[in-house]
Amino acid sequence: MKGKLWAIGAVAVAAAALGYIALGDLGENLVYYWSPTEMVAAKEKAIGATIRLGGLVEPGSLKPDGQTLNFRVTDGTTAVPVTTREVPPQMFREGIGVVVEGTVDDAGQFQSKRMMVKHDNEYRAPEGGAMPSDAAMFGTLEGE
Amino acid sequence: MKNRWEHVVGLFGLVLLLVGSWQGLFLAPPDRFMGDVMRIMYVHVPTAWSTLLVFTMVFFVAIGWLWRGTWGWDALQEAGIEVGVVLGCLLLCQGSIWARPTWGVWWDWDPRLTTTAVLVLAFGAILALRTFVDEPKRRATWTAVAAIIAYVDVPIVYFSVRWWRSLHQVQSSPSTVDGTMVTPLRINAFALLFLAIWFVVRRYRIARKRLDAEMTELEAA
Repeated sequence: MKGKLWAIGAVAVAAAALGYIALGDLGENLVYYWSPTEMVAAKEKAIGATIRLGGLVEPGSLKPDGQTLNFRVTDGTTAVPVTTREVPPQMFREGIGVVVEGTVDDAGQFQSKRMMVKHDNEYRAPEGGAMPSDAAMFGTLEGE
Repeated sequence: MKNRWEHVVGLFGLVLLLVGSWQGLFLAPPDRFMGDVMRIMYVHVPTAWSTLLVFTMVFFVAIGWLWRGTWGWDALQEAGIEVGVVLGCLLLCQGSIWARPTWGVWWDWDPRLTTTAVLVLAFGAILALRTFVDEPKRRATWTAVAAIIAYVDVPIVYFSVRWWRSLHQVQSSPSTVDGTMVTPLRINAFALLFLAIWFVVRRYRIARKRLDAEMTELEAA
């Protein structure tokens, strides 16, 4: 009997915790990254602190200059200029999702110290034999 | 070979793993963007599924102990938690190896990765807890209650990529994966499932024997 009470109690606690996390607005307070629109709207709250910014690399905005990589991260509404000295992963290209970690200054320029490339849930064979080379892929492992 | 049906299951799992991995490594095409690195998916995704399945079994087995109170349930929950933790560690390592060349980092505190780490740590802590409790009945009950509560994290791990923004992509479906890639993935999913059953049953038999020895010792004392 005591065991059954323990079982009911434990399941109830587990269900309540899950319900709280699933239905509560935990996600509102715990965001993994800000969108460009949210970051710009946060104004001085965003300036200086280490934050993550997520969005797509705006097509046409990518400008490497040998030393730094410059591009804009967009959510379709707002675009934020980003600069990084990091070697980008092989997947990095215009139009791909990125999460950059760093700081933004009062001019709205984002300095990234850590860049991550997102990939989606699609897995497709290459078309027309254009395969990414292993050398290019493993090249991103160097230069740490 | 009485009572050793699990070896047949395990052997079948090994054969499937060989077939599935051979297909995944040599017959399936590389991914258009990720290239050959993507082939780790054929073990990573099946490992993830079997980890969550094993912990789901533990959840029901824990209720089974509390409800019925017979020792087989305790031996099975110990076996399940241990195999689940091992699979979870494998899962985190595979994910990390895949993450470095694709995302560019070994690790980041994104919701999917963080909740998975919490899962492995929580069940690992339950295994540690077991070693500190000498009284078998109390040990079994504490394990069961803790396991039921820790199980909350399993649906959170699964839905984390849908509920919150994350670096990890959402679940794939056969419509987002080319047909030639789906077959090895399915074969390896069953391979990992059978291997997990093999490990759990083997580990259960050890736990059962240890419990029996413990009972005899307690009676003698």
